[in-house]
Amino acid sequence: MPQLSPEDLFRNGIRVDGRRWNELRPIRMEVGVLDKADGSAYVEHGKNKILVAVYGPREAHPKHIALPDRATIKCRYHMAPFSVEERKSPAPSRREIEISKVIREALEPAILSEYYPRTSIDIFIEVLQSDGGSRCAGINGASLALADAGIPMRDLVAACAVGKIAGHLALDLSDVEDKLGEADMPVAYMPTYNSVTLLQMDGVFTHDEFAAGLELAVENCKKIYQMQKEALRRQYLEIGSEGIEANR
Amino acid sequence: MAPLLVARREIVTPGDLLAEGDLRPGDNVLREGDRIYALRVGLVDLDGNRVSVVPLKGCYFPKPGDLVIGRIVEAGLTGWEVDILAPYPALLPMSETYAKGHASKTDLSAIFSTGDLVMAKVMAFDRTRDPLLTAKGPGLGKVFGNRVVRISPMKIPRLIGRKGSMITMLKRETGCRITVGQNGVILVSGSDERAERVVVEAIYKIEREAHTQGLTDEIKEMLRKELGR
Repeated sequence: MPQLSPEDLFRNGIRVDGRRWNELRPIRMEVGVLDKADGSAYVEHGKNKILVAVYGPREAHPKHIALPDRATIKCRYHMAPFSVEERKSPAPSRREIEISKVIREALEPAILSEYYPRTSIDIFIEVLQSDGGSRCAGINGASLALADAGIPMRDLVAACAVGKIAGHLALDLSDVEDKLGEADMPVAYMPTYNSVTLLQMDGVFTHDEFAAGLELAVENCKKIYQMQKEALRRQYLEIGSEGIEANR
Repeated sequence: MAPLLVARREIVTPGDLLAEGDLRPGDNVLREGDRIYALRVGLVDLDGNRVSVVPLKGCYFPKPGDLVIGRIVEAGLTGWEVDILAPYPALLPMSETYAKGHASKTDLSAIFSTGDLVMAKVMAFDRTRDPLLTAKGPGLGKVFGNRVVRISPMKIPRLIGRKGSMITMLKRETGCRITVGQNGVILVSGSDERAERVVVEAIYKIEREAHTQGLTDEIKEMLRKELGR
């Protein structure tokens, strides 16, 4: 592959993959893809392919992790060895442990864990293919899987990132854009309550860029939120129409 | 009275605004100020001025008085641990069975042993302690000689139907005895195997299509066709 410079990533307002600065990658969402899990979802954000399974509320094991007043929420973000170009060791890395923690903290405000004291709710996020922004895609999938498991939630959590490439603000960075760009800022958001549940940033933004970036991220989280709602409804509407057809 | 902001029986997702104003919050909804939001994926229901969401997915959550069918996990010193498919293990003390004698002098596994199915009622449960069961009562106790069907506990209300319409229809049309545990375990027994099989199929169909309308008639038609009546 030819060496790209940051300037190559943003020419005449068009990015390497043909998107404009304020465009998301194509998103696909499916709910209830795994039989054995209590809730599950499969999401694609561009080239990201992520499978999420949720179990629970179930008995907490080992017993000492159980909390007397609410459910324990466990979250594992894991990248498959074949998800990246160079084989990744399947053991959880420092990065994966940290991402697991921030995803859990991004979802916790949405979950009414006090409904199920002394139990545990387990979220498994498996990245099958990765191309930048997988923690955001993981959050989107995890909130779908939680809703699919029937766990009471205040709201669905939607997430997307904004970044800066060659001095331009850009939405939903891909892997190459993240590596050559100047900044990346993932944002998770609950639209109904207008609250941000995850805000990270690496790189450098000016104050104005940060404000514009946050606004852009929130605006697109709302778009993703609509897709999530649509995905949750779709699985039932499909079953409904099947039933009617079978009856004819 | 303030109107509902969504249609009745519409599918809603967590965070959907259901009503604003003086409606009362029912099950699976959250009131924030004067707004009522959905907490789960389900169908909106309005009973008087009480807004609820009838969930389509979820685990069994024990309630005192519920009839449940569970599996014995282990015989302890004074009672049994029972798996009732809830997030909590249930306890069935020996004093809550018809077994005679003193617990300390009895081999409990001779009464119920690991793997046995028991029908029991939830006697007490308040979330701070594990649910307590009782097997004292007509029809309660060890279960044998039935077909056992397991469905999502959230679909049990649909299987029973409004005022029991669905379940009475199933029993009437097939002549089978059907016992429904609130935890999603159903016992089916009938004089002929064919009828039993048809009932099991019908139960699975109800589970799959619980959120559709006119299901009772559809099931009735299916039963009549299958049984050739």
